[in-house]
Amino acid sequence: MSTDFQKTPHAVPALEFKSSSFSVPVLVLSGNDLTAIDHQLQKKIQLAPEFFKNSPIVFDVQDLNKQDLDIDIAELTGILYKAGLLPIGIRGGNELQNNKALELLIPIYSQHHSVSTESLPKEKNKPETQKVPSAEPKTESSTTLITHPVRSGQRIYSTGDLIILAQVSAGAEILAEGNVHVYNTLRGRVLAGVLGNEEARIFCSDLQAELISIAGNYKVSEDLNESIRNKPVQVYLQEHTLIIKDIV
Amino acid sequence: MARIIVVTSGKGGVGKTTTSAAIAMGLAKKGHKTAVIDFDVGLRNLDLIMGCERRVVYDFVNVINGEASLNQALIRDKHCDLLYILPASQTRDKDSLTQEGVGKILEDLSKDFKYIVCDSPAGIEKGAHLAMYFADDAFVVTNPEVSSVRDSDRMLGLLSSKSRRAEQNEEPIKEYLLLSRYSPDRVKLGEMLSVDDVQEILSLHLLGVIPESKSVLNASNSGTPVILDEKSDAGQAYADIVARYLGEDKPHRFIDEKKGLFGKFFGSK
Ligand SMILES: Nc1ncnc2c1ncn2[C@@H]1O[C@H](COP(=O)(O)OP(=O)(O)OP(=O)(O)O)[C@@H](O)[C@H]1O
Ligand SMILES: [Mg+2]
Repeated sequence: MSTDFQKTPHAVPALEFKSSSFSVPVLVLSGNDLTAIDHQLQKKIQLAPEFFKNSPIVFDVQDLNKQDLDIDIAELTGILYKAGLLPIGIRGGNELQNNKALELLIPIYSQHHSVSTESLPKEKNKPETQKVPSAEPKTESSTTLITHPVRSGQRIYSTGDLIILAQVSAGAEILAEGNVHVYNTLRGRVLAGVLGNEEARIFCSDLQAELISIAGNYKVSEDLNESIRNKPVQVYLQEHTLIIKDIV
Repeated sequence: MARIIVVTSGKGGVGKTTTSAAIAMGLAKKGHKTAVIDFDVGLRNLDLIMGCERRVVYDFVNVINGEASLNQALIRDKHCDLLYILPASQTRDKDSLTQEGVGKILEDLSKDFKYIVCDSPAGIEKGAHLAMYFADDAFVVTNPEVSSVRDSDRMLGLLSSKSRRAEQNEEPIKEYLLLSRYSPDRVKLGEMLSVDDVQEILSLHLLGVIPESKSVLNASNSGTPVILDEKSDAGQAYADIVARYLGEDKPHRFIDEKKGLFGKFFGSK
């Protein structure tokens, strides 16, 4: 057989398998109410619509199964498609759910497969049942430095941290997968940890923002306390609540 | 090579055409051969402000379409030999302007002129985009009110991302703030933003403050750019602006309210 193969005119390889790793956002579900999922997903996506448009996504149902909550995989993927996302995998599913996913041509990822948990040192020695963060940070994240003012109508996205030395105007939008630093007046919309990194923080030297958000937890200008306006602050997440504090 | 100046704002009716006419005249009076172009196709009024509306034969669109030569379409100003006006068409629609056509005209004018002033239409659509696309300098005309400031900010964003200089990664357009229709009394009453407020929001180099002035209306009624009315406050403000743009050091005026007689005598503020 093998000699036959060598004789064929197609011996020159037309393809090759290579291993490559990608970082893909993971949607971790903690409840099975499809209406609530639909609603909350839409809300998150509205914070960075361009970013999520046609984004591949892996959904993780492990938490649900731990709570013995079932979910209709077909309906779930329908919601994802409707939101403009392209589901490319299921993780933490039971046999029934996995079979359903395969029927829908959605591959199954085991926890071992998880795209870049390896890159998280904290996760390394933990058992595989450990809850993984809702979205993994990119393996190679890059910092973006902006030295000119970000004007109304402009949008800046960084796959890593975002550092801005000039002012950010009302009507501008700045987004980062990591932290955001603005060493000037911040009047526009600022979103840190847009892929779900809850460790991300926002720093600015004069807070007048229209909206601040970390990993989808947001506050609009109206919700901002007078005591933290117009001065240098940092913003971080604690138990899904945005904490805004002086930089000390 | 000419220096191309766009007079722009985003918001309408803030004083772009008034400013274009005044600074074009100011530059020409300082001895620089200057052309001023009306980009407001369909709504021409630069020629009215310049008082040459009865001498318009060909316009900007005719030149782009090859129906007239630049020399045929350019109108020499009646007050100053070094100033020429390229009027807009009243009858064409806005789509007659093309990037290629505009680029070609500016290139041709650049050979012969020192400054080219482009009077932008309002908005951020095609006409406004073409007016600013080839610019070297931008005069951003802003009124001391929130909506005008916000639109200027938007325009500044476009200048720094959608212009030829931005697209070709050249040195960015130089941006200047012209705060127009300023009324210190109304600022004091809290009805208008102050110079400082506007500066704080836009953080832009202030080229000058033009006061709200009756002389502007008088000037446009008589078809003479207000800068020629040397006694008027607005005329002087524009003269200062031209001088500062050309590198002269002139202290800012027209920012504080007029002192009454009492104030003058006792120097109170
Ligand atoms: N400094 C001033 N004081 C008083 N009135 C002024 C002043 N500047 C402009 N105006 C008036 O405001 C009106 C609009 O001015 P102008 O036509 O120059 O604005 P524009 O920005 O070119 O408007 P458009 O967006 O329609 O092209 C005119 O009636 C003009 O006389
Ligand atoms: Mg005008």
